[in-house]
Amino acid sequence: MKLTLIAYKNLLRKKTRTALTVLGIALSAWVLASLLGFNKGYEWALNRDIDNMGFQVLLTAKGCPYEAATLMLKGGTGLRYLKESLVQGVSQNPEVEEVTPMLMAAVFDPNKGESGGLSAFLGVDPESFPRLKGFLEFKKGGWFKDLEAREAVMGYEAAELEQREVGDAYLIPEKNLEVKVVGILKRTGTQDDGTIFLPVKTVQDAFGKKGLITGLGIKVHKGADVDKLTDRLYDLPDVQVVSMAQVKNTIVNLLSSAKIMVFSIAVIAIIIAMVGVINTILMSVFERFQELGILKSMGAMPSDVFKLVWAETLFLCLAGSSLGVLLALGLSHGTELLIRRLLPYAPTGGLVQIDWRLAAGTVGAITAAGLLSGLYPAWRAARVRPLDAIRSEAE
Amino acid sequence: MENILEARDLRRLYHRGSEEIAALDGVSLDIKKGEFVSFVGPSGSGKTTLVNILGCLDNPSSGTLRLDGQEIFAAGRRLGEGELTRIRRRVFGYVFQSFHLVPTLTVLENVLLPFAFYRKEGLAADGERLLGDLGLAARKDHLPGQLSGGEMQRVAVARALVNAPEILLADEPTGNLDTKRTGEIQEVLLEMNRKKNVTIVLVTHNPALAKAAQRVVELRDGKLA
Repeated sequence: MKLTLIAYKNLLRKKTRTALTVLGIALSAWVLASLLGFNKGYEWALNRDIDNMGFQVLLTAKGCPYEAATLMLKGGTGLRYLKESLVQGVSQNPEVEEVTPMLMAAVFDPNKGESGGLSAFLGVDPESFPRLKGFLEFKKGGWFKDLEAREAVMGYEAAELEQREVGDAYLIPEKNLEVKVVGILKRTGTQDDGTIFLPVKTVQDAFGKKGLITGLGIKVHKGADVDKLTDRLYDLPDVQVVSMAQVKNTIVNLLSSAKIMVFSIAVIAIIIAMVGVINTILMSVFERFQELGILKSMGAMPSDVFKLVWAETLFLCLAGSSLGVLLALGLSHGTELLIRRLLPYAPTGGLVQIDWRLAAGTVGAITAAGLLSGLYPAWRAARVRPLDAIRSEAE
Repeated sequence: MENILEARDLRRLYHRGSEEIAALDGVSLDIKKGEFVSFVGPSGSGKTTLVNILGCLDNPSSGTLRLDGQEIFAAGRRLGEGELTRIRRRVFGYVFQSFHLVPTLTVLENVLLPFAFYRKEGLAADGERLLGDLGLAARKDHLPGQLSGGEMQRVAVARALVNAPEILLADEPTGNLDTKRTGEIQEVLLEMNRKKNVTIVLVTHNPALAKAAQRVVELRDGKLA
């Protein structure tokens, strides 16, 4: 007969109470695992979005830095323009490995969706852009080769939305310009999926923006001093310099206060669950007052009784936290949808990432908190004397 | 026959406000190895208090107690719960009026419960044989809720005997049982005493059960009558 078996069977005496306590612990574990998973997933997705840019510094026309950050991450339409001639000067900096000009443009497409919508086009340099975005893979076809070609490469979702295949023609709304689809990208999980790429000269011609760009992506040499470069770029007139590190810091800072609030809620949930644990175990100890005394008369040392009651706490916490982690895993998609609705900006890809380390960490943290909560009930149980049990029997 | 318990001038005082109550007032007695002794007397006479001290469940206020020649309690010396537990689990088995079986454990698991805490060296886990001796072999996988009162008390007796105690203390073991079940328990106690030479100290209000013992000790107002 093992103490653990006795402890397990003790919990089965009041099944409803045990189930409710486990549920309380599970809810707190769910909240904790989801939040830790979000914390990890958000950073990971943000880093991936930024890495997938292919460049570490972006030059845009002077304006709001947050707008520039949004432009980079969400693929919004650039409202301000830079001169394309900047390319030459910027690429002469020793830290710069490669630069790529980009021109974002958008038109209203009345056939898009139920009541029309914006179609976004990104004019890119057919030489430098594919090199910087070397990780992009094609489902079919390839990049356009000519700087002024009337050709387009569609992101995975853009091609699905427009229902285009390689070789199909695509008419840019309002501009009456027909381009041929020469490539369709594989899904990347980033904003590239919804983008239609055209040669930068084609976009300049079609949208009347000759010699203008909305952004200049700069890839720096490995190990180069990015801060030194950005300091130098700040001296350029009418230029907004945005480094990826700045963008990341800005977003992380914006999110940190919200995170603190949500983590406070998680801590409160854990405290409530632990009060539930104390209540359940203490009630169970009081109900078994005589029985615990009888166990002592059978030869149980105070430490045995302590271990017995602590083992009950351990089982409750292990069951509750495991259930909570399973809930968090099973409902992570729903949690992600909810978070996306609540946040003004969320990176693409999985926002809630719960791996085995995080799951084990959550189970460990909740169980440790539970065992701490179980100290007092276990101590009370260990202090019961057989004589007290016999006296209460006589009463 | 050797004495297994020697009590000298045992006193146990309780305080209720400023009043001092002597639950036990200078009791001296010897109990021999393998003896079956029953304690009788009206409620409040001190029988249970005496048995609790003899069974190392409580410290006396004064007096001495020797167990198998070894001094356990002496004037001014009180034992802690840990020390008392070490003596209890080596020497004593206890049966109480309420059976105190764990409702979620089977009959066999209840009998083997003391082994979770202590097992005498070289002792086999003979729960099933013990249950067979007590006529409960067919009930070993049942839960206590499926047993009659007499069967539950027999399980409690089996549990008290599983660690092969030298002394079995039974405090009103038939208090919750009818005449038929009382007879069953009486038989079990007599058999354990005769066949296994277990010393039995019994507290009872039942005159017929008390007479089954080799010696009847009467208490009145905390003293031997």
